[in-house]
Amino acid sequence: MSKNIIFCGVGGQGTVLASRLTAAAAMKEKKQVMTAETIGMAQRGGSVFSHMKIGEANSPLIGKGEADLIVGFEPGETVRQLPFLKKGGAVVTNIRPVQPVSAMIGLSAYDSDAMVSYLKSHVNRLILVDADQALFEIGNPKVLNMVLLGAALETGAVGVEPSDVEAAMRERLPEKLWEVNTRALHYMQNR
Amino acid sequence: MHREFLMGNEAIALGALAAGVNVAAGYPGTPSTEILETVAKRNPGDVKVEWSVNEKAGMEVAAGAAISGARTLVTMKQVGLNVAADPLMSLEYIGVKGGMVVVVADDPGPISSQTEQDTRTFGMFSKVPVFDPSSVHEAYEMIQEAFEFSERYGTPVFFRPTTRIDHGYESIDVKDPGEYKKNDPEGFVKDSSRWVIFPRLSVKNHALIEKRNQELSLVFSGYRRNEILAGAGNYADCRRGIATQGINFSYAMDAMGADHPKIFRVATPFPFPEQKALEFLEGLDEVLCVEELDPVIERALTFVCGKYHLPVKIRGKMTGDVKPSGENSVDSVRESIASFLGTAESAGVAGSPEHESDVCPKLPVRPPVLCAGCPHRASFYAVKMAMEGVKKTLFAGDIGCYTLGNAAPLDMTDTCLCMGAGINMAQGVVRVDPEVKAFAFVGDSTFFASGITGVINAFYNQDSMTLVILDNSTTAMTGHQPHPGTGRTLMGDVVEAVRIDEVLRGIGLTTVETMDPLDLKTCIPEIRRIADEPGVKAIIFKSPCIVRFKPKSGKSKVDPDKCIGCKKCIRELGCPALVLDGDKAFIDPSQCTGCTLCEQICPVGAIAGGGRNE
Repeated sequence: MSKNIIFCGVGGQGTVLASRLTAAAAMKEKKQVMTAETIGMAQRGGSVFSHMKIGEANSPLIGKGEADLIVGFEPGETVRQLPFLKKGGAVVTNIRPVQPVSAMIGLSAYDSDAMVSYLKSHVNRLILVDADQALFEIGNPKVLNMVLLGAALETGAVGVEPSDVEAAMRERLPEKLWEVNTRALHYMQNR
Repeated sequence: MHREFLMGNEAIALGALAAGVNVAAGYPGTPSTEILETVAKRNPGDVKVEWSVNEKAGMEVAAGAAISGARTLVTMKQVGLNVAADPLMSLEYIGVKGGMVVVVADDPGPISSQTEQDTRTFGMFSKVPVFDPSSVHEAYEMIQEAFEFSERYGTPVFFRPTTRIDHGYESIDVKDPGEYKKNDPEGFVKDSSRWVIFPRLSVKNHALIEKRNQELSLVFSGYRRNEILAGAGNYADCRRGIATQGINFSYAMDAMGADHPKIFRVATPFPFPEQKALEFLEGLDEVLCVEELDPVIERALTFVCGKYHLPVKIRGKMTGDVKPSGENSVDSVRESIASFLGTAESAGVAGSPEHESDVCPKLPVRPPVLCAGCPHRASFYAVKMAMEGVKKTLFAGDIGCYTLGNAAPLDMTDTCLCMGAGINMAQGVVRVDPEVKAFAFVGDSTFFASGITGVINAFYNQDSMTLVILDNSTTAMTGHQPHPGTGRTLMGDVVEAVRIDEVLRGIGLTTVETMDPLDLKTCIPEIRRIADEPGVKAIIFKSPCIVRFKPKSGKSKVDPDKCIGCKKCIRELGCPALVLDGDKAFIDPSQCTGCTLCEQICPVGAIAGGGRNE
């Protein structure tokens, strides 16, 4: 059986890199990996998701109630993916919303606090991350993906070693970014 | 061999390189674009690869190379095949010498296309054999086999992945460049009895094609990818079977696990492997066809049952057992199969979500929007302001990022049909009501792809309209490919750029004005003046794509003491960087590019700080 993980958020938040690093780390451990991503129209401020299966599987797409873990970069997007969570599955999510243009011009409503309360009342294994506070403390606005990924690894639902994610990160990013990304990866663990 | 984590499109490209492709061409289109980009990126050095101006040009380049003995690859999305249909239909009658694989990416859903057309059906129509991969790793191997079949039978072949194969990723084993096949094409050999299509040649070759496709049906029955899996576990002796294809096969296997009835996976839907189908149907009472887009397998099996008088009931889309349109998913496939096997109740066990989406709070609506700082927003806004109060207007749109100009609050796209259609459609609208002030918006890449003939048609036929070229110096929607106006090629060469203004003047247009759309004060009166001129006039809004060309700019900032909270900037522009903070406007500095559009329209001058300082 595969470990099934969903990364979700809004275009531009860094979900793709988080998913790539996880895949690369799993490959270092000689595991089979499959992913499916939204590309194209959805990248322009739309909802984006990446389905990932680590281990034996035929297709990369996850069915309803089959995800071991949801890594949400935005609370509303996390709720959108919740039907895919398996019973007893874990959720790691940022609680800071991204307001859509349609809400700004009054064509739709978006109450992000309601999303967070909904998650609290419906998910047992829930880890909430306050991105604004985390990124302020780390001192870099661009490492949300590493903070969330670090928290995701903590749940044990990914089944990949943090050291392998760190090694994969070093292969992809320039050396000057290693230190801050490593700190971001361990941020939730040290709290 | 080595292992890589590859996107389906990358695997297809590496498969073509492993097969020794010599010439590759195509036009960008989701979900096919990354194939040609990967051929260019991983080019071992001797592959000639180009972004063609459109799919027809790409098909013709590939055809010329293929009759010269080269292995050729041409890539496009499914609607692109419509553009390339003319050369392909005739090429099939002539045939090829080197292997020629036409990769057409289909888009069930559709997720980012106009139609849900099925290239398998196009294969039947054009008589071109079709290969249909089920996974990323299979796509890598199958395209190499497709080249072999093409060469052996002297015909172009279709290779048609769908979005979930194109954009899925898998860790797979691929060949090292040293293991790639080497082809030395002999070059074009003159033979007018072979390469010049005339009715006499068509009559002769049509008969040969029909004969060959009958033979291919037999050959494909022995092709290992058209496979039958015996019933297993609880369904070992079941008299029901499942026929499926592509990603649906993978969904079905994931949904059923070890307990499954007899399965027929169809990898070559045309010519249909009839003998293999007979083997599958043996001992079955009922078959469910699980496929996306057209009911191709369902029709073929129904035909086989009729032809051989088999008492097997074939079910699928046409019998209402599988949804007739839209994309399938693991869940929809699981439901269709469970209800076919009569296990609908136990089917809930595998997929039992803890939560149902219908009881959760209202989810945010996120349609795609133009980026913060996108010059298209300024162009649309300028035309909107210029034509404010004019009773009859038409804003004909086209295909590209700028189709997003249809969304509120801009609401500046009245029509959109297919690449290049807006110009001629505007002519038609004006013919019916000459009082309409018509604007036809077209992007730079789309102008080269199929806009030029439209302009000539409108000019020649004496119609009146304002042509608006949204020139952002790239093909933005599909990920920033170069085009003839950019002066760069996919091979990395810097070449003479084709100038849009000179093309328009060459056609005969006398009013061709180039403007910076981010300068509203200058643009708006100019647009109005040009709109009132008779004949075909052109405005070229020239401003580079903000994603590709990051300008050095200050960021715009709202002075909360001056902001009166009228929300004009937010309501009229729909810029994702503009949000409401309490009752005042606020600009998200991480998104703002300093385009100054909001500064220009603020009625109290409360926004400042932006502006390009090149």
